[in-house]
Amino acid sequence: MRGLPPVLITAIVLVAGFALCAVQFPNIASTRVVGNLLTDNAFLGIVATGMTFVIISGGIDLSVGSVIGFTTVFVALAIERWGMPPLVAFVAILALSAAFGAAMGAVIHVFDLPPFIVTLAGMFLARGAGFLLSTESVPITAPVYSTVSDFALRMPGGGRLTSVAIIMLVIVIGGALLLQLTRFGANVYALGGSRATAGLMGVAVGKMTIKIYMLSSLLAGIAGIVFSFYTSAGYSLSAVGVELDTIAAVVIGGTLLTGGQGSVIGTFLGVLIQGLIQTYINFDGTLSSWWTKIATGVLLFAFIALQQGLVALARRPRTKSLGAAT
Amino acid sequence: MTALLPRRGLAQILALIVILAVDRVVSPQFFDLRLQDGRLFGSLIDVLNRGTPVALLSLGMVLVIATRGIDLSVGAVMAICGAIAASLADSHSLPVVLAAALGAGLVCGLWNGFLVAVLGMQPIVATLILMVAGRGIAQLITEGRIVTFSSPDLVWLGNGSVLGLPVPVVIALGMLILTGAVVRGSALGLLIEATGGNARASELSGVGTRAMILSVYVWCGVCAALAGVIAAADIMGADANNAGLWLELDAILAVVIGGTSLFGGRFSLVLAVLGALIIQTMNTGILLSGYPPEFNLLVKAVVVLAVLLLQSPKLSGFAGIAARLRRTKA
Repeated sequence: MRGLPPVLITAIVLVAGFALCAVQFPNIASTRVVGNLLTDNAFLGIVATGMTFVIISGGIDLSVGSVIGFTTVFVALAIERWGMPPLVAFVAILALSAAFGAAMGAVIHVFDLPPFIVTLAGMFLARGAGFLLSTESVPITAPVYSTVSDFALRMPGGGRLTSVAIIMLVIVIGGALLLQLTRFGANVYALGGSRATAGLMGVAVGKMTIKIYMLSSLLAGIAGIVFSFYTSAGYSLSAVGVELDTIAAVVIGGTLLTGGQGSVIGTFLGVLIQGLIQTYINFDGTLSSWWTKIATGVLLFAFIALQQGLVALARRPRTKSLGAAT
Repeated sequence: MTALLPRRGLAQILALIVILAVDRVVSPQFFDLRLQDGRLFGSLIDVLNRGTPVALLSLGMVLVIATRGIDLSVGAVMAICGAIAASLADSHSLPVVLAAALGAGLVCGLWNGFLVAVLGMQPIVATLILMVAGRGIAQLITEGRIVTFSSPDLVWLGNGSVLGLPVPVVIALGMLILTGAVVRGSALGLLIEATGGNARASELSGVGTRAMILSVYVWCGVCAALAGVIAAADIMGADANNAGLWLELDAILAVVIGGTSLFGGRFSLVLAVLGALIIQTMNTGILLSGYPPEFNLLVKAVVVLAVLLLQSPKLSGFAGIAARLRRTKA
C-alpha cells in the first residue's frame, strides 16, 4: 500500500511526457537518447536514492551537493598530486563522506536539532573544505578514468549503457531492495511516521538517524566519484544547487516531505522526468535552459498539491488540517 | 522602546564586539571614518552597506520563522524583483519602478502564504517551489541577459547617501523601525508568536492564524523585493543567475544567530538584524585579513554549529548552570 498511488502517477506522467516528446521529435524514442539520459543523470540518481531514505525518515540533507563537490576535488588531488592509486583514493573519500554523514546524524540526534539547519552547516563546511583544497578545476588523467568512461554495454538500436549509468542502476535497485525488504528499510518508514512511536516500539532512533545520514553522505560520495568520471576533473564548484534538484526529484517521485511515505523507484522516475525535460529543451533548441527550472517548479507544485489533496482526503473524517503544519 | 530592546541580546552583542575587535587587529584602519563629498567612508560603513540585503531579508524571515515557518524563496524573489526594477528603470519613473518591483515581491509572498496558510503545505516545501522556479522566472524577465540601466534615481537608491549614510543603510533602518513599530507597537507580534507556539491552540482561542501566516509571508516577500531592488541598484544591473544567490541561507543564519528559535514562538527583530551584521562583519574581516574568501564558508559553518549547540534543548541544562555560575560570581 505505502506510497503506491503517487508512484503510479509519476510513472504515468513520465510515460505521457515521453510519448508527447516522441510525437514531436521521433528521434527521442531511441536507445541512444535513453542511454544518454541515464548517463547524464547518473550522479543525480545516486544522490536522490540516499535523499529518499533521509526524507522518508522525516529529515532532509542539504549537504549532498557540497559533498559531491568536495569528493571530486579530493579524488582529483589524491590521484594527480598526492599520487594515490585511484582505488585507495575512492575508499578514502567514501570513508570520509560516510564519517561526515554519521557526524551530522549524531549532531541531529544527540542535540535534538532540526536536520535542515544542521545539514545547512554541513553544506557550508563541505563546500568550504573543497575550496580549501583547491579553487581551480583539476583535470584527472589517470588511465582508470578513460577505461571506465569508455566502457559501455551496447543496447539494440545503437544506444550505449555507460558504466556510470550501470553504477546508478545498481544503486537504485539496491536502494529499493534495502528500503522495501530489510528491517533497516522498515525502521526508516517507522521513523518518518513518528519518531516517538518508533522509539517506543524498540527502534534504536539514534543509531538509525546516524545510519540514514551516513547512507546519504556515502551515496553523495559515490555520486561525486561518478561525477568525476563523467567530467574527468575535480572542481570545488561542481554540483552547486544539486541538493535542490535532488529534493525536487524525490518529491516528484511521490515521497512525502513530512516523511513516512515514499519509494526509491518513484525517486528514480522523478530523476528521469527531470532528465526528460532537459532532453526536450535540448532537442527543441529554441527554448532556453531556464525553462527547465520553471517546468520543474510547476511539476513540483502539481505533485505537492496532489499529495496534499490525497492526505487531506485520507484525514477528512478525523481532523481538519491546520494552517501551520509542522 | 522597551518592547524593541532585546531581553537576551547579550551573547550576540558580545559576539559582535569580539568580531569587531578581531577585525581591528587584522586591519588597524578598521574603525577609521572619513567624510568625503558629504558621505562617510570606512570599513564600518562598508559593513553596514554590504550587510543591508541580508538585514532586510532577515527582517522578513524572522517573522516567518516566528510562525514556525521558513521561506527558502527570498533569494529567488530578490532576483525576480531586481530583474523587474532593472528592466523598467530606464523607461519609467522611480515610483513606478519601485511599485512594480515591490508589487511583484508582494505577489510572490502572497503565493507562498497561500500555499502555506490556505493549502496547508509544509513551509519548506511550499517555498521550495518558488525557490526552484523563481530564478527561471527572473531569467525570463531578463531574457537570460544581464540587464543594465543608467537611471540616476535608481542608482541613487544603491549608491547615494542621506546625512552621510548610504541610502541602503537608511532604508534598512527605516524598515527595522517600521516593522518594529507595527509588530511590537501592537499585539501583532504577540499573535504571530502565538501562531508559531501552537497554531491549533491559537486558532481555537480566536487568533486568525491564517491571516497571520499569510501576512508574514507577504511581508517577507516585500522585504526580499526591497533587498533585490537595492542589490540591483548597487551594481546598476540585474543578474538573474547570481542576484541573491544563497542569501536565503544567510538570512536564515542571521535569524538563528539572533536567537530566534527555528521551532517558532518567539522572535527578536533587532537581534536578527544584529545577526546579519555579525555575518557581514565576519565576511569583511576575512576579506581584510587577506585570507581567501573561501574561508568564509568554513567560518560560517563553525559559527552555525556553535550557535546551534547553544540553542539546543539538550544543552539548555548546561547553559542554565553556566548562567547561575555567572550570577554567583557577579
